[in-house]
Amino acid sequence: MAVKTASGAAAPMPASGGAAKSGLWGWLNKRLPVEEFLAKEATEYYAPKNFNFWYYFGSLAAVVLVLQLVTGIFLTMFYKPGETTAFDSVQFIMREVDWGWLIRYLHSSGASFFFIVVYLHMFRAFLYGSYKAPRELLWLLGMLVYLALMAEAFMGYVLPWGNMSFWGAQVIVNLFGTIPGIGPDLVLWIRGDYGIADATLNRFFSLHVAAVPLALLLLVMLHLVALHQVGSNNPDGIEIKEKLGADGKPLDGIPFHPYYTVKDFVGIGVFLVLLAIVVFFVPTFGGVFLEAPNWEPANPMSTPEHIAPVWYFTPFYAILRAVPDQRMGALLMLIAVMAFLFVPWLDRSRVKSMRYRGWMSRTALAIFAVSFVALGYLGMQPAEGLYVLLARIFAALYFAFFFLMPLYSWLDPVKPVPERVVYHAH
Amino acid sequence: MADHAGVAGGDEVDLSRRKFLTRATIATGAVGTVFAAIPFVESWAPSERARAAGVPTELDLSKLEAGQMTTTVWRRSPIYVVRRTPDMVARIAGHDADLKDPNSDQSDQPAYAKNPLRSRNPEFLVLIGTCTHLGCLPKQRFAAGELYPSWPGGFFCPCHGSRFDLAGRVFDGSPASLNLRVPPYSYPKEHLLLVGADEKGAV
Repeated sequence: MAVKTASGAAAPMPASGGAAKSGLWGWLNKRLPVEEFLAKEATEYYAPKNFNFWYYFGSLAAVVLVLQLVTGIFLTMFYKPGETTAFDSVQFIMREVDWGWLIRYLHSSGASFFFIVVYLHMFRAFLYGSYKAPRELLWLLGMLVYLALMAEAFMGYVLPWGNMSFWGAQVIVNLFGTIPGIGPDLVLWIRGDYGIADATLNRFFSLHVAAVPLALLLLVMLHLVALHQVGSNNPDGIEIKEKLGADGKPLDGIPFHPYYTVKDFVGIGVFLVLLAIVVFFVPTFGGVFLEAPNWEPANPMSTPEHIAPVWYFTPFYAILRAVPDQRMGALLMLIAVMAFLFVPWLDRSRVKSMRYRGWMSRTALAIFAVSFVALGYLGMQPAEGLYVLLARIFAALYFAFFFLMPLYSWLDPVKPVPERVVYHAH
Repeated sequence: MADHAGVAGGDEVDLSRRKFLTRATIATGAVGTVFAAIPFVESWAPSERARAAGVPTELDLSKLEAGQMTTTVWRRSPIYVVRRTPDMVARIAGHDADLKDPNSDQSDQPAYAKNPLRSRNPEFLVLIGTCTHLGCLPKQRFAAGELYPSWPGGFFCPCHGSRFDLAGRVFDGSPASLNLRVPPYSYPKEHLLLVGADEKGAV
């Protein structure tokens, strides 16, 4: 390969992008491979040209992560962890810190939007088989991000030290008590006291603002490195790296920058409008994003009439409550979360995308999506009568999706997959 | 390798020796890491202050009316103390078939409370007031028939619907699997309850 110099003579390609440049940019790139990095990961990183709506949510998740980090850093400046100070300091932020209400509502709404975006991102993977080889590790790293996010959200919900914070912590921490043998000692160790107390609140604060965010950042970075190693999947589930042009670039690929940075900015714009609507008009989202009992200080002597976690945990909570045995309920809840980890190996379909799968996989995914949403609704309702019965039915369907997957994905009558991605120019 | 030609011992590399040293270093480092982790792990145990605050707690029972419940706190848990009337005591019998653990074989209580009334003194029921399911506070539903016609009176947990009788024994169909726990307790004087300590001493 050669590049033309100004005089028209062929000059050897520099080993790294910026080595031949002069001036400050050249000085910098000799010492730090900025240009080389940007070329490799953006301007010469080829992504499939047929991305659709479902491909917004990865970049949106990154946007929410930044939003949570920035608003979280500012909240930490005013929040005071501690049994006697936490609740009051949150009220102080809401009422007396200039713009404190905005920063806090951005953070609390951001948590819910994080899960909305991540659930849609995961659904995309199910739609187009994005977890299938060679992207199994990419999927696993994404699932670790999801698990870290669950821990982060749970501990964050404890910090305002409202009554739902307290009793939510009580219920979730007691889940560890169902582990045979070590359970009760483990619970005592997690709490650092005989009940949910100052010690518990302070360690959750430390984990929420330092340990888990660091782990999240590391995992997100690994998720991106793994993505750029194998390349993005696409709605057709066709590997674009298998069809290269004469220049060695994928025929069905376009550089991530500027094509997808521009596309993602449109998504970010729409997303920020939706976020603003929630933050300014319905910050509690009718008790779904922030629950009413959390405007009462934590009271160890009074359980709220009806305990439910925030919406993003309710599908699993519904499964927990559907089982009339505490140990089995906790175990099934754990399996419900962990089942996602095994999907790359449970799915035995010969094609990736739902576009070319048959009715079995399509029906199974539809039933799963309905069950997940239904369990999410049931987890917010009291555990009685018809609600429990429905929760049991949808829990059975939820597990059937995973456990029968090797069977139906294999039997499924698939359609032939085209050679090249399907793309209609706009 | 030519650079090493002049070094005593020639350019032969003893790989087995290198492997042994590598493994020994890794093993030593792993053991050291485990030992170094101990203080950090143990820092999460209840502090001296928390343990000191967990000493036995006293309650004067003389002012508790028959049929009434009072609550005290021991080790950050509510302790339910019910002064049962003879009628309430009578309503504890007769529904063993509907209970998960009628004889409290699986449940957690001191030996002196492992009896049908789950108490040292039939009149006073002393329980840790946190549901054995996931730790919510069961509410008193002492009147017969309060929840449904055959309800013999007892406790109902609002979180997940666990039901317990007037001895804290769990009914079938509850998500909780065990009876409400009984703390260690004693009566140093008449009408003086000491929660957290019995003849064996403080817990």
